[in-house]
Amino acid sequence: MEKPLNNRAWFLVLPVLALVAFSAVLPLMTVVNYSVQDTFGNNQFFWAGLEWFQDTIHSDRVRAALGRQILFSAIILAIEIPLGIFVALNMPKKGAWASFCLVTMALPLLIPWNVVGTIWQVFGRVDIGLLGYTLTKLGIDYNYVNDALDAWITVVVMDVWHWTSLVALLCYAGLQSIPDAYYQAAKIDQASRWKVFRYIELPKMQGVLLIAVLLRFMDSFMIYTEPFVVTGGGPGNATTFLSIDLVKMAVGQFDLGPAAAFSLIYFLMILLISFVFYTVMTKEGETL
Amino acid sequence: MTEITLENLAHSYLPNPSGDADWALKPMTLTWQDGGAYALLGSSGCGKSTLLNIISGLLVPSQGRILFGDRDVTGLPTMERNIAQVFQFPVVYDTMSVRENLAFPLKNRGLAADVIASRVAEVAEMIGMTGVLDRRARGLTADAKQKISLGRGMVRQDVNAILFDEPLTVIDPHMKWELRTQLKDLHRRFGHTMIYVTHDQTEALTFADQVVVMYDGRVVQAGTPQALFDAPEHTFVGYFIGSPGMNLLDARIDGATAHVAGTEIALAHGYGALAGKTQIGIRPEFLRLGAGGAGLPFTVKRIEDVGHHRIVRGQVERADVNVIVPEGQPIPADTDRVIIDPAHAHVYVDDWRADPARQERAA
Repeated sequence: MEKPLNNRAWFLVLPVLALVAFSAVLPLMTVVNYSVQDTFGNNQFFWAGLEWFQDTIHSDRVRAALGRQILFSAIILAIEIPLGIFVALNMPKKGAWASFCLVTMALPLLIPWNVVGTIWQVFGRVDIGLLGYTLTKLGIDYNYVNDALDAWITVVVMDVWHWTSLVALLCYAGLQSIPDAYYQAAKIDQASRWKVFRYIELPKMQGVLLIAVLLRFMDSFMIYTEPFVVTGGGPGNATTFLSIDLVKMAVGQFDLGPAAAFSLIYFLMILLISFVFYTVMTKEGETL
Repeated sequence: MTEITLENLAHSYLPNPSGDADWALKPMTLTWQDGGAYALLGSSGCGKSTLLNIISGLLVPSQGRILFGDRDVTGLPTMERNIAQVFQFPVVYDTMSVRENLAFPLKNRGLAADVIASRVAEVAEMIGMTGVLDRRARGLTADAKQKISLGRGMVRQDVNAILFDEPLTVIDPHMKWELRTQLKDLHRRFGHTMIYVTHDQTEALTFADQVVVMYDGRVVQAGTPQALFDAPEHTFVGYFIGSPGMNLLDARIDGATAHVAGTEIALAHGYGALAGKTQIGIRPEFLRLGAGGAGLPFTVKRIEDVGHHRIVRGQVERADVNVIVPEGQPIPADTDRVIIDPAHAHVYVDDWRADPARQERAA
């Protein structure tokens, strides 16, 4: 049977095309447009070629921000993933306490980013914040406004506070899907607690763990609001991550060209990492 | 290896069991002899798996004691009981190879590498997986995985008992037969106590020397397959064992005479006067067909030819009655009577077999 051909059907795709163009393609092209031009105001633009891209790649400032960004993501992953697994393993499996734990764990996830930032901004203040005040009274020299290390610790702990429950909830779902027979068989085989974790729980959690790592990595790599509210990127540039730096460059200094080149490179990095994750995940899926 | 005794054991899944129905296992006292091959037979939900899990320590019984030899193990965790158990559905460690799976219980006991290697090779041979030892267990078929589970159950030599919980459910029929033969063989060679849970009587009767029949949380009879066939202690045993099962007819028993469907039948023994629901039970093998004359009025419904004999299905009044007619024996077209062989008829009072000798003494 021959398929009926009617090229007018293409018109049916038009509304989607228009919507996507309006909401995604055109704004992106605007950025691309800025990234290859220079301006001195008055809406006068000069062709700059790939100069801004070269500048961005060789920029110490961007490299430093990227370094801080990678360090930040690595630290929070190294804390949140094991901690989330640990919490999930210790949550009750069923009953009223299980529901209670689930609801409690979900709470931080419901708080808007800038509210989380504000909470910690106040919490950590040495004059009126509970945490900052207590630490100071205990004789610990803590001040996230002046001390780079303290600022880092605050931002990291805040992220752990905010997002560990996501990892825990995902792992919990993975654990719940393990049939009892596996634990029973492990007891029969006289497996130690560690071996039960290593050979039963961890393999069964592998799928959700990959998703958890992907989500937490992407999210932390793009983090903006929380550290901005707490430290504003300071002291100095100590907590200026990629997004914060980008906004400073684009909105603060109004360097549209370099900022556009920067954001395109940023975008490509995220795209590349997502692609790698996707490939790894689907490959793992095939061997399941 | 040791003798396993269950002493006044009972279990309920409810915290405060009140009525009889709340108990998944009703109080029982039972001994599993060292080196016996037992089948635990019963329909689904009768408490077979519960009993098995209590023996292996996965469940702690609500009351009673479990003894391994003279040692009370009621409170001991599974780890310290050293028991192997194979479950109904395959459990394999996905990330390990077949070899590592089989070696796992041995490694956990800290055996020497060469001992482990030789045991694994032996078991792999037994379950027919020598060729795939280095494959990852993940991605194998369900029956291959179940064979690994069986192998893990059999790999330890010093276990107190090996428990099988309907292990061949997911295995295809040919392999089923072969694995059962292997299990039997293994039992002969190593003499482990084996308890094999099943709801398939063929499986039970071919595997076991002793069959324990459970019904509604109770052990209703334990004995050799022959004993279960000859003298079922409970109507359930009569009905469950045999193909087709025992025929049961409501009867009024008066001494050595049974009144069934308006007909008097002379019994082999006297029973005195019995109270409660009385029935006579007779296996289809011990019924004969007749036309006119003696016997119970019988209506033939249909005849099934199963090869080496025929099953005549019919009714005596409202009760279904099956008769087995050996090959070569004719079935007359005007069959309207069925004749009971009194030597093989049993009398049941409230589903339990009445003992003629005792009843005579009482009378």
